[in-house]
Amino acid sequence: MTLAITDELLARHKLSRSEHAEIVRILGREPNLVELGIFSVMWSEHCSYKSSKIHLKKFPTAAPWVVCGPGENAGVVDIGDGLVAVFKMESHNHPSFIEPYQGAATGVGGILRDVFTMGARPVALLDALRFGDPKAPRMRHLVSGVVAGIGGYGNCVGVPTVGGECTFHPAYDGNILVNVMCVGIARADRVFYARAAGVGNPVVYIGAKTGRDGIHGATMASAEFSEADRSLRPTVQVGDPFTEKLLIEACLELMETGCIVAIQDMGAAGLTSSSFEMAARGGTGIELDLDAVPLREAGMTAYEIMLSESQERMLLVAAAGREEEAFRVCRKWGLDVAVVGRVTDTGRMVIRHRGQVVADLPVAPVSGASPVYDRPTAPLPRPVPVVAEAIRAPLDPPQALLRLLGSPDLSSKRWIFEQYDWLVGADTILPPGLGAAVVRVHGTRKALALTTDCTPRYCAADPRTGGMQAVAEAWRNLVAVGARPLAITDCLNFGNPERPAIMAQLVAAIEGMAEACRALDFPVVSGNVSLYNETDGRAILPTPQVGGLGLIEDVARLVRPDAARAGDRLLLVGESTGWLGASLFLREILGREEGAPPPVDLVVERRNGAFVSDQMRAGRVRACQDLADGGLAVALAELCLSAGTGATVDPAPSAEAETGWWFGEDQGRYLLVVPADHAAELLAAAAAAGVLARAIGTLGGDALTLGRHPPISLRAMQRAREGWLPAWMGETSGAKG
Amino acid sequence: MRAAVVTFPGSNCDRDLVVAMEACFGRPVARVWHADSELPPVDLVGLPGGFSWGDYLRCGAIAARAPIMAAVRRHAERGGYVLGICNGFQILTEAGLLPGALVRNAGLRFVCRPVRLLVANRNSAFTSAYGEGPVTIPVAHHDGNYVIDREGLARLEGEGRIAFRYLDNPNGSVADIAGVLDPRGRILGMMPHPERAVDPLLGSEDGKPLFASVLAAIGGRGGSP
Repeated sequence: MTLAITDELLARHKLSRSEHAEIVRILGREPNLVELGIFSVMWSEHCSYKSSKIHLKKFPTAAPWVVCGPGENAGVVDIGDGLVAVFKMESHNHPSFIEPYQGAATGVGGILRDVFTMGARPVALLDALRFGDPKAPRMRHLVSGVVAGIGGYGNCVGVPTVGGECTFHPAYDGNILVNVMCVGIARADRVFYARAAGVGNPVVYIGAKTGRDGIHGATMASAEFSEADRSLRPTVQVGDPFTEKLLIEACLELMETGCIVAIQDMGAAGLTSSSFEMAARGGTGIELDLDAVPLREAGMTAYEIMLSESQERMLLVAAAGREEEAFRVCRKWGLDVAVVGRVTDTGRMVIRHRGQVVADLPVAPVSGASPVYDRPTAPLPRPVPVVAEAIRAPLDPPQALLRLLGSPDLSSKRWIFEQYDWLVGADTILPPGLGAAVVRVHGTRKALALTTDCTPRYCAADPRTGGMQAVAEAWRNLVAVGARPLAITDCLNFGNPERPAIMAQLVAAIEGMAEACRALDFPVVSGNVSLYNETDGRAILPTPQVGGLGLIEDVARLVRPDAARAGDRLLLVGESTGWLGASLFLREILGREEGAPPPVDLVVERRNGAFVSDQMRAGRVRACQDLADGGLAVALAELCLSAGTGATVDPAPSAEAETGWWFGEDQGRYLLVVPADHAAELLAAAAAAGVLARAIGTLGGDALTLGRHPPISLRAMQRAREGWLPAWMGETSGAKG
Repeated sequence: MRAAVVTFPGSNCDRDLVVAMEACFGRPVARVWHADSELPPVDLVGLPGGFSWGDYLRCGAIAARAPIMAAVRRHAERGGYVLGICNGFQILTEAGLLPGALVRNAGLRFVCRPVRLLVANRNSAFTSAYGEGPVTIPVAHHDGNYVIDREGLARLEGEGRIAFRYLDNPNGSVADIAGVLDPRGRILGMMPHPERAVDPLLGSEDGKPLFASVLAAIGGRGGSP
């Protein structure tokens, strides 16, 4: 029976007429419904990167320490002594907006699988969350649901959630972002790839049963939203972290046996993408027998089985004759296991169900030859720089600082991170809330520094500079704890790429990121693209989220922001021009979202970072805080609160430009805490290295004094910073004294 | 001192407990699988934190009926020592080896933070090495709100069986109870995680005296495994 390919049928599969014509050309015939469904998910934006592929090639992806760059389940970098770090970030935006608990929970589950698929034990999770206006409807529900979902999943699987971000802006009212990063550790000689090989080898399914949940999740993630789409709730999958925990242990145990040839998680587009990707990477074919797939409910069609996005499932190729080992380990962990196919040399995916061939497709064109679009871009608007001297602040600096500390973006996220088990594994050395998180590599003296960064308001004003800044800030955060930055993963969250203005943002952000990655030797090793983040035509701020990973060779080298002591000197490294364009001060205090973002001078960024690292190695630095949102004043406040001591800071160099001095967001800057007897040496070293550095004050007391302004007590700063989130969530118990 | 740690499906602090015990006891710790029906010859059995059986039904309820728990019960009846942490505490109450129950936190949310504890009984086998003054040990749980009827509470209080109390109660537990002992003082269940407080890099070493206390209580009695 031939299928009538109507416009309506194609629309439901989010395929265009030209894509349909390409399918017919590949097959030499019309596809049947199962095949159309397979093309639909494999050629979805989510799986095929068809709008971004040509631009993603601009990223530098190689370095001597990169073991595996983009293209596998996750990136792999060498951390020495026969160990590698495996990491990736992924979005789960649309599902989290529809059903926040399950959407976020399954986002965690999916990224965990990407990491342990490669043979790594997951050791850390981070979450970059972007919510809408706190006053927007459903926003409290979304925040509490997403946080509970992340915690519910991560806590149960026993992987610590150690860091991340959470900010608010009305542009995310109809499209929140939930980007989850996972980091794992593996032995360098035991990294697993998803390359099906060995004709006749069995294809083994393990994990949860397949149900009707999540059918067409990948295509949902590839289209704009309308308010009516909340009725898509049934396409959001439901997570079972207990099964995931069993799956992690079973897979790692199986990998020890040596019976696994290839392994791939069933993520977006489930059995379809896992089987096609393994066959495509291996240059082989697969015969699948859907009657062998463990099913949760009776009567499922081939279409439903192939497109189900039921969670906690893995597909692997075992060495022929060693199936029984896989069966034994799965039975021990109480997991379903079945041989569902064989590897062939035909280069075709042949799928049988109830005695019939229900799909027969060539692997390479479905998987690799998806359409690639060079979508048109519109010229980007040029932001008008804001003249700092023209800013008249309505508040004096201490009042403005307290207001900023209590603003949604800068307020303490304790209410969130205390719902996450950030300590399980007993290796979290630098807990959430202090800058980059630091997790010891279990059983060694090494540690990984981890951070997520992006400043969407910069990206909105100037996507190229914003992209550069996201990479530079991640690099700086890692330097600030004494780490050597190694590589990044990313999550590119943008609106509808079919709109030239949005496409221009995407291209510019990628180019800015690529430039920063090259200048800082900080390659991209994995990532994810999330487009169509629009609801009813309103796009999010461009949000090229960066996840950075750095290495601390010896935990004794860790520089903790909370190690500062009374009597220590404060040194400011980097140039301060008082840049207020696109600053948090401008937005929060003056209600103005305008101006160009601070320029990122990558040569200076690198020089300043290298200088800070050298000084740390020389043992002259007790603590360090990078400067970011809210500038010097906020960095001082955060440092004082981390260390539990006040500070007396010199007045601004010029009274007229005082606002820019305290709150400007010039890049490439660090606040160093230096024992008094090292300050002179450090300043001399800076002068010799051509790095701008100046002594600006001394730590001590229980208040922060900015120049001639009245002191601000630690208590007042603490109250301001800790108060907002619990109060917004309708609680009073959050602030602790 | 010979010790073992049980792994249930969903345990996730089993490795951490083994690492902490090995560091504090200076010798290897055996690992035992939930489906086993016998324990190796040991002085101390650790039931670790985590989400045994996904916390489905009730926290610890399914694990309390695992084959290994019959062996743990026999070990306890013989006077062996048992330490249940977090989910391990929940399993001990579900198994009836400790009184009371652990229900959802009063704040309804999971809570992970270092908490200050008062060592309420410094004469037990698990607490004798503690000095005066509060200690800091982290909690991480969703269901750590200890409840017990009035007579049961009076017995715990009267018999000195409250080992630890919270100074800033994070979960609503009755009488700020963070850890309780069985009548013989050989079984301790506690919500805070002492195994996460044995390394100065993690911010606290206040879990160490607990393990040192057990080591002292068992002394040479255990001999070599």
